[in-house]
Amino acid sequence: MPQQLARLLVVFAVLTGGLVVTRHLLIPKTFGQRGHYRAAAVTTIQELPVRYAGREACADCHADIVGLHGKGRHQTVSCEVCHGPAAAHTLAPVENQLPAPRKRAYCPLCHGYDPSRPTGFPQIDPVSHNPMKPCITCHNPHQPEPPHVPEECGACHGEIARTKAVSRHALLPCTQCHKTPVQHKVTPRLLHPDKPRNREFCGQCHAKDAGSPREIPRIDLATHGGRYLCWQCHYPHMPEVD
Amino acid sequence: MEKPISDNAGSQEAICESRRDFLYTCSLAAPLLLLALQAKLVCAFAASEPAYNPREHRYGMGIDVSRCIGCGRCVDACKNENDVPREPFYFRTWVERYVINSAGDTSVDSPNGGISGFPATSSERGILRTFFVPKLCNQCDDPPCVQVCPVGATFATEDGVVLVDRDYCICCRYCVQACPYGARFIDPRTRTADKCTFCYHRVTRGLLPACVEVCPTGARVFGDIKQRSSPLARFTRFHKIHTLKPHMNTKPKVYYADLDEEVR
Repeated sequence: MPQQLARLLVVFAVLTGGLVVTRHLLIPKTFGQRGHYRAAAVTTIQELPVRYAGREACADCHADIVGLHGKGRHQTVSCEVCHGPAAAHTLAPVENQLPAPRKRAYCPLCHGYDPSRPTGFPQIDPVSHNPMKPCITCHNPHQPEPPHVPEECGACHGEIARTKAVSRHALLPCTQCHKTPVQHKVTPRLLHPDKPRNREFCGQCHAKDAGSPREIPRIDLATHGGRYLCWQCHYPHMPEVD
Repeated sequence: MEKPISDNAGSQEAICESRRDFLYTCSLAAPLLLLALQAKLVCAFAASEPAYNPREHRYGMGIDVSRCIGCGRCVDACKNENDVPREPFYFRTWVERYVINSAGDTSVDSPNGGISGFPATSSERGILRTFFVPKLCNQCDDPPCVQVCPVGATFATEDGVVLVDRDYCICCRYCVQACPYGARFIDPRTRTADKCTFCYHRVTRGLLPACVEVCPTGARVFGDIKQRSSPLARFTRFHKIHTLKPHMNTKPKVYYADLDEEVR
């Protein structure tokens, strides 16, 4: 073998050996086991601590409240929404007491009026709705009662009642526009309340010559809206502002 | 010289006899041995059964836009559960408010991710429609962030969740740039990329992701795409589904119901 070739082979062997050793030292052990990543990282992430215990965990000790809560309108609201992460509390209940939000500012996070919220979601105007009173003086957060405005119709027509409650028409009773036979409450499908049938009905308040309070917006029935009836453009339970 | 040999031969004969005996006894004991072996195997299987097998799952999330009330509890829970920095701009999930006015102009805001609610819109005048959209990592089936990572620090697991290896990330920020959904950020404490993991540590233990756990209206649904009966399968059966930026061919696994055209 020529001398230069022998030397070249030695150099090549050293380089290859170096490469193998470097790769062995630099590439993590589990890299490439399951793909182009460190399989050990998955285990590390899997072993991270859990902070939210899940809604089933609460029933073990607080069966009474969970039972009450499970029947009410807040049944979809997990305990940990208001009381915060509870995993530590389940391990050491006395040392890790959970907070309960009692301030008035908390409930409007969900129930304060916001036009972006879905229609019919129960909302109040935090400024005008019993100002200064904490919500929990009237409402039991574990079993909140539906709003009572308007009292009787809202029992069945809740979505309309809740929508109307935050609208410009909030103070109008349902019967202002719907003449309702007494028997409708007994046999609702046999006797229907009536609905306004013509533009003149809305005109009683909104026509330019109507004798209603001044702050009510006015239109000229003869020229406004052409061939359409009022409710084909305006939703009476939530009329637009302008 | 002879004696020892004959001695040897004699002892060999004795061994032969005992070997025959030995083999005979062994053949008798064989079923016992097999039984013991089987018992051990059964034990090993029983021990490995509750262990999590990622190949049996494929996770996805459904979001019903028409149910979101923008309370921001999911954002808060996510930060609690995953130890995300409390300052604004670091979010694994966040809620956007879309306001579309009569002229057709869309404005989107997300003050502090919606974690402490949304300030009232200045005026209701001129609003055509408005709604909230929760956003998070879409856990793409074809994730651009994984493609660009030069060191293999971000990857898709066998159950379809895209994760970040904190110990391996070199903070080059390619993935932050590559994500079409803006779902990634750099954690200022560790200087590594971070993003939603579908609460991988929770779902592999059989729990729900924290945001799904606390959503008060059920706007978020979590489940297994592979299973015929899972909350997610039901969700995708009964809703018209849209994903974000389908033209990017990322194949997201976050499915939106009732999504508006304006949402990007």
